Amino acid sequence: MGTLVEDVIEWGGGVLGEEHMETLMSCVQCGKCTGGCPSGRVTALRTRKLFRMAQEDMREEIFNAPELWFCTTCYTCYERCPKGVKCTDIIRTIRNLAAKAGHMSVPHRKIGVYALKTGHGVPIGPDQMKIRESIGLESQPPTTQKYKEQLEQFQKICKETGFDELIDFDWDKMNLKEAEAKK
Amino acid sequence: MSEETKEYAYFLGCITPNRYPGIEAATKKIFNEFGIVTKEMEGASCCPAPGVFGSFDMYTWLPIAARNLAIAEEMGLEIYVTCNGCYGSLQEADHLLKEHPKLKEKVNEILGKAGREYKGTTEVHHSIVILHDVIGLDRLKEKVTKPMKDVNVAIHYGCHFLKPSEVRGHGSSETPNVLEDIVKAIGAKEVMYKDKLMCCGAGGGVRTADTPTALEWTRQKLVSMIEAGADCVIHPCAFCHLQLDRGQYEMNEAFGTSFDLPVLYALQLVGLAMGFSEKELALDQQTTKMPEKLLK
Repeated sequence: MGTLVEDVIEWGGGVLGEEHMETLMSCVQCGKCTGGCPSGRVTALRTRKLFRMAQEDMREEIFNAPELWFCTTCYTCYERCPKGVKCTDIIRTIRNLAAKAGHMSVPHRKIGVYALKTGHGVPIGPDQMKIRESIGLESQPPTTQKYKEQLEQFQKICKETGFDELIDFDWDKMNLKEAEAKK
Repeated sequence: MSEETKEYAYFLGCITPNRYPGIEAATKKIFNEFGIVTKEMEGASCCPAPGVFGSFDMYTWLPIAARNLAIAEEMGLEIYVTCNGCYGSLQEADHLLKEHPKLKEKVNEILGKAGREYKGTTEVHHSIVILHDVIGLDRLKEKVTKPMKDVNVAIHYGCHFLKPSEVRGHGSSETPNVLEDIVKAIGAKEVMYKDKLMCCGAGGGVRTADTPTALEWTRQKLVSMIEAGADCVIHPCAFCHLQLDRGQYEMNEAFGTSFDLPVLYALQLVGLAMGFSEKELALDQQTTKMPEKLLK
């Protein structure tokens, strides 16, 4: 583990490219991100502050700040940053690191449960199947939720990448491990 | 994209088929009218949501997205989507994998274990862009049998339709024209309102983790639309549809408000203008109801 900035560059760089992530060091605290941030109007998210804290290696403070998860990834800051800081992708990367360090909310982990059980973050139920039939569509769409062997491909990928462990998934119960599931 | 492409693989995602199938019906019906053939992507999964799964673990997000792309590749087709989240995820994944051969190799190692391979032979399009650019506004106008005269439309773009603009390629994310052109083509009038380009509030896992916060955000945007005299709001995103439509019910329950602004996926309003019924487009099966003005 290096500094938070080093970890952002390494982790995010592996997917999005290191140069992309290195833009975090270009932030000059002008505040244009926060000025246009729709989340900042209704939450405590201050992107400018978050990036300063990241540059100052305030890992624990950032990981424990609920506002880290109030970005909707709208990309307004990303589009407007005069220094070309890839703001939204940096936030997503910091969230990855926070999740890896155990800072992932139960509702977020439950979305992961739906995905591991059905291949969908939002699965279908009987009411929606009826609506589909009423407008001439197949009652169940031809996706992973319908075909077991297709779902197994999805599950295999998630096992391979360790997504199941990330959310503390119990394959026997097909749910979160008990203690967490109650929260 | 080739102008001759008449057959596409439809990537359904989650919200469209599993919550608002009227979006799926509208898109298939309209495309069919213009000779565009839709093929189902058997075995497709969640895209997976870019701000949600991309925020949890991008090393899981990417191979899952690549698996979906590989399904279309096996069909030999380019993809269209009806959700900004799917658009964001699939187009970004495709872009990254085409730009970085080493990343592609790594992803294919994982995909190989699931019996799939990403080659880089498909493209990802938004259904609204297909209507605008491939079908074209002139052909659309010819099919309008019920012009939306005197209908004031608030346009909501959501986020990942336009941004990041360096990947999407629909021009400036601050001055878009796609939905504006479509509104004009069906004879309706756009109303300008405060914060037109603002997010609906649902993305990035915010709705999942803290629904009241997401709703407060949506409430502000709806108030601006209503104050500007909107008869309805149209958008290009199934997830925005959930937040704007279902969200009005949730807001009325939680805050004691009485919101009832009709919410339509852009192609549902186009569908009404082309003579499809409210029932065919499942607009009678959602929270917000359609006023006579849109149905006459």
